[in-house]
Amino acid sequence: MSKVRDALFGPIFDNNPIALQVLGICSALAVTTKLETTATMCVAVTLVTASSNFAISMIRNHIPSSIRMIVQMTIIASLVIVVDQFLKAFMYDTSKQLSVFVGLIITNCIIMGRAEAYAMKNPVGLSVLDGIGNGLGYSVLLLAVAVVRELFGSGKLFGLAVMPESYPANGLLLLSPSAFFLIGLFIWALRTWKPDQVEEN
Amino acid sequence: MDMFIHYFTILVRSIFVENLALSFFLGMCTYLAVSKRVETATGLGIAVIVVQTITVPVNYLIYNYLLKDGALAENVDLTFLMLISFIGVIAAMVQILEMALDKFFPALYNALGVFLPLITVNCAILGGSLFMVERDYNLAESTVFGLGSGIGWALAIMCLAGIREKMKYSNVPDGLRGLGITFITVGLIALAFMCFSGI
Repeated sequence: MSKVRDALFGPIFDNNPIALQVLGICSALAVTTKLETTATMCVAVTLVTASSNFAISMIRNHIPSSIRMIVQMTIIASLVIVVDQFLKAFMYDTSKQLSVFVGLIITNCIIMGRAEAYAMKNPVGLSVLDGIGNGLGYSVLLLAVAVVRELFGSGKLFGLAVMPESYPANGLLLLSPSAFFLIGLFIWALRTWKPDQVEEN
Repeated sequence: MDMFIHYFTILVRSIFVENLALSFFLGMCTYLAVSKRVETATGLGIAVIVVQTITVPVNYLIYNYLLKDGALAENVDLTFLMLISFIGVIAAMVQILEMALDKFFPALYNALGVFLPLITVNCAILGGSLFMVERDYNLAESTVFGLGSGIGWALAIMCLAGIREKMKYSNVPDGLRGLGITFITVGLIALAFMCFSGI
């Protein structure tokens, strides 16, 4: 039972893919100006991680280790193409806003990293949970950053005005550097809360 | 002359204004992981320039002559295969480059070491190719764009590596040490790079 819990909830705070494993940062920063795109991205990444872990874990005993990278790449790329086509068909505007970042889920190191580090060694059920857990860990951080950026950057949440009209929008938060500051501060907060994650100098 | 200015604009834009690392956050994983020392950062930077300059035009050719709507045959639209074929091209290019370097420039090959294969999963490379498709560059433009974006990425990583080497000697609060302060530094660098956006 505790193994299941570890696989599912461990990555959210204790072993967060972004804050501790330093994986998948590229997309984390670029899509967080709006909550809507962020939420879409989170769902997409969680789905792809879970299903790639599922697929890779299923054939893990049949993959020769010399070509495992290519096999993993192909599986992930196929899944991402499915997501990409789905978004284009049903959520065209959001997919336009995400532009190249949907395609870049392929090179999102979280997916590759989890496939390599977890799915290659563990049974199917646990791998799927690990995939979902890591997707959630990624989503928690992304959504937190997106809430701050959209709320204070343009005074809206999900495109609806939340702040009073007199609120002056803080344009800096919509620009790219703010994402770095926010994630840096989040990591600071997380590590103050859980001091065992502090790095040695 | 006009042509020259046009290409020069693309080059400057891709190096400074639309820097792949600092304004699109591409290749961040390697960017943060390999920027602890200037030497390794320089090696990786050069590798990225080379791979990027080759893959963007090659992917351009593949996209326009094989995948595009009606390119291969009437009514055959293979654009949905774009992602998988780009990744394939990048992996193949890196492999070929590795073999070629090993044979003809062993010194450079040894200097780059493990970073060469790592480039396959660097999103800056795939991102460069995807931007090329999105912006409809032609062959010459995409070569220039590949070169420029590679140089921009290399500059950014060397810059960060230089700062991080100095930062080892400063007294950073416990929780911020390591990754946290690096993020904030990158934010400041990005802020500085934004000054170029008026050009």
